[in-house]
Amino acid sequence: MEEWLYIQNEAAPALFRGFWVSVQLIIPSATLGLLLGILVGILRVFGNRAVSAAANLYVTLFRGIPLIVQLFVWYFGLPYWNIYLTPFTAAILGFSLCSAAYHSEYIRGALLSIKRGQMLAAHSLGFTRTQTIFSVILPQAMRRALPGCGNEIIYLIKYSSLAYMITCIELTGEGKILASDSFKFTEVFLLVGACYLVMTTLATLLLQALEARLRLPGFEHRSF
Amino acid sequence: MPESLLAVLDALPYLLEGSFITLVVVLGAMGFGFCLAVPLAVAQVYGPRWLRPLVALYVWFFRGIPLLVFLFLFYFGLCTALDINLSAFTVAVVVLGLISAAYQSQIFRGAIMSLPEGQLKAARALGMSDAKAILFIILPQALRLSIPGWSNEYSIILKDSAVTYALGVAEIMARTHFVATRTYQHMPLYAAAGAIFLVLTWLGIRGLRYLEEKVRIPGYSHHEF
Amino acid sequence: MEEPILKVEGIKKRYGKKEILRGTSLSIRRGELKILIGPSGAGKSTLLQCINFLVRPDAGRVWLEGKEIHHAQGRELHHYRQQVGMIFQDFNLFDHLTALRNVEIALVKVRRMSRNEAHDRAMAELERVGLGDHVQKYPAQLSGGQKQRVSIARALAMDPKVMLLDEPTSALDPELIGEVLAVIRDLGELGMTMLMATHQIAFAQALANEIVFMEDGLIVEAGPPEKIFGCAENERTREFCSKVMELYTDNR
Repeated sequence: MEEWLYIQNEAAPALFRGFWVSVQLIIPSATLGLLLGILVGILRVFGNRAVSAAANLYVTLFRGIPLIVQLFVWYFGLPYWNIYLTPFTAAILGFSLCSAAYHSEYIRGALLSIKRGQMLAAHSLGFTRTQTIFSVILPQAMRRALPGCGNEIIYLIKYSSLAYMITCIELTGEGKILASDSFKFTEVFLLVGACYLVMTTLATLLLQALEARLRLPGFEHRSF
Repeated sequence: MPESLLAVLDALPYLLEGSFITLVVVLGAMGFGFCLAVPLAVAQVYGPRWLRPLVALYVWFFRGIPLLVFLFLFYFGLCTALDINLSAFTVAVVVLGLISAAYQSQIFRGAIMSLPEGQLKAARALGMSDAKAILFIILPQALRLSIPGWSNEYSIILKDSAVTYALGVAEIMARTHFVATRTYQHMPLYAAAGAIFLVLTWLGIRGLRYLEEKVRIPGYSHHEF
Repeated sequence: MEEPILKVEGIKKRYGKKEILRGTSLSIRRGELKILIGPSGAGKSTLLQCINFLVRPDAGRVWLEGKEIHHAQGRELHHYRQQVGMIFQDFNLFDHLTALRNVEIALVKVRRMSRNEAHDRAMAELERVGLGDHVQKYPAQLSGGQKQRVSIARALAMDPKVMLLDEPTSALDPELIGEVLAVIRDLGELGMTMLMATHQIAFAQALANEIVFMEDGLIVEAGPPEKIFGCAENERTREFCSKVMELYTDNR
């Protein structure tokens, strides 16, 4: 009974507040990350040598360095050059840039998997290179990249918890404060975990539905 | 020499000590995860019908919750509740291992399922029990096929190990931040930490590629799965 | 008359709605070469796999040397399978092991032979099938015909009382079929008991003691080759035989 009251009166409101901050972190980061990832993926495949080399370097760095180091760079590091970001902005910046690097891997693979004939056919109809990429190649490639990109978004949901480490108080942060106040660490973190499970499971289901929705007859989602 | 470079050079031995701890955490977690993941994968593919959803449940649970939450839950929560005294280091290895087991089990499962059905049939036809067939015929092949997946898993755990800084494990990240707050040379030090992680990733992937080449079956092209 | 070495009775198997075997019975005596023929989908392969329980029959009984296999599981099953060699259409060599290790492994792990003993036995079997020079090669480095010969050596090393051969040549390029059939022929001459499904009509005609014609999960007719290929009683048997004979002569 006492437990229930604690949950109802203290835990639930705080966790809900944190949950809402998490959502506000995840949605813009996922969107920005995906868009940037598509751009970087295109540049890596279709850009000239210098551009694709630069894009590759970006991807190597952002995939190779732990996200938490990246977050620390944006939040604790930038002030070194007198740039000050709020924890929230630094978190979104960090999540988007890191996520984009991973997305671009899937997009790149998918772009490379599209048969050359598609490009030739579009050129023969008078499409420009850019038109071909955006209206012929990309719609096909995105379908192939979707499982990978979807996975990346699930990862992002979980990694959003790292925002707490740069003092952006989201779901995990609220949980930590709550637990430290009440010493109910197990209960609180199980609740927090359950919230994340709901988010990741929901996102998985949504992405599966999206995949099914976008499926084209006979266009195989083969892995690469 | 500029002050920033000096700070990095000063801190370097301290950071490299940290990379040793990082590597121990990562290898420990991967080893622990491996020991759990092999039986999990075997149970999910060959186990009794009631066991398979339980494995799926394990995988769903450990893949669905952030590492940081698990670290807090185990270190501050369960260790206190169950009155067991584990160091932050041990908790880090255990938690990373439990999560890695979920991912590794799916790597192995994919590898096992990619093997032709005839391999198990032929082993059975020779009078092998299923246990022997799995141990001597299926796993040696499946584990070979799992090396690329393992290489991926290594680079993920390596990066995730930086999160154990939250419990105060004295790995690279914790040491970097510690020095940075004293010297105010944040940017150069984070860059150094990033570089160390890049080198460790590269080394690990190199090592696993060497292993893959070493255990490659002659004439056999490792197909993707 | 001598008791059959292997006898099956009333084997039934269905996958969902489809009945693959509808109560098949047959028996085979020591030293006999019995050949199963029939169109694809007749249930030949399923029957062979049911005989050593690689596919679990829904009903039916199996006897080896007059002893019924009651509990086809655990020790009894493993022991039974050791005595019944199986050759698969697609070889199923263990891809991670050399030809030699492929033959050794069951000797060491199942029959608990010492490594040395197993090695000598495996070498002898591989030499018998003409692969003495290829023992260190991996399956992916062998031709189809060589692979099938390794798999025959692997089965022989277990000293089986009877061998089941499931279309051993149908995955092979035409020019490799001969070498495998020659090995099987030699085995027959040495008195090995064999039950073989095949489409190699000439081989069947020349060497089989009995031909069994199967269709739709039932044995339609059985008899000596002269009878089945010459003057089969059943209309369907005659039809099938004339069709394959035609094909066979065309291929020549």
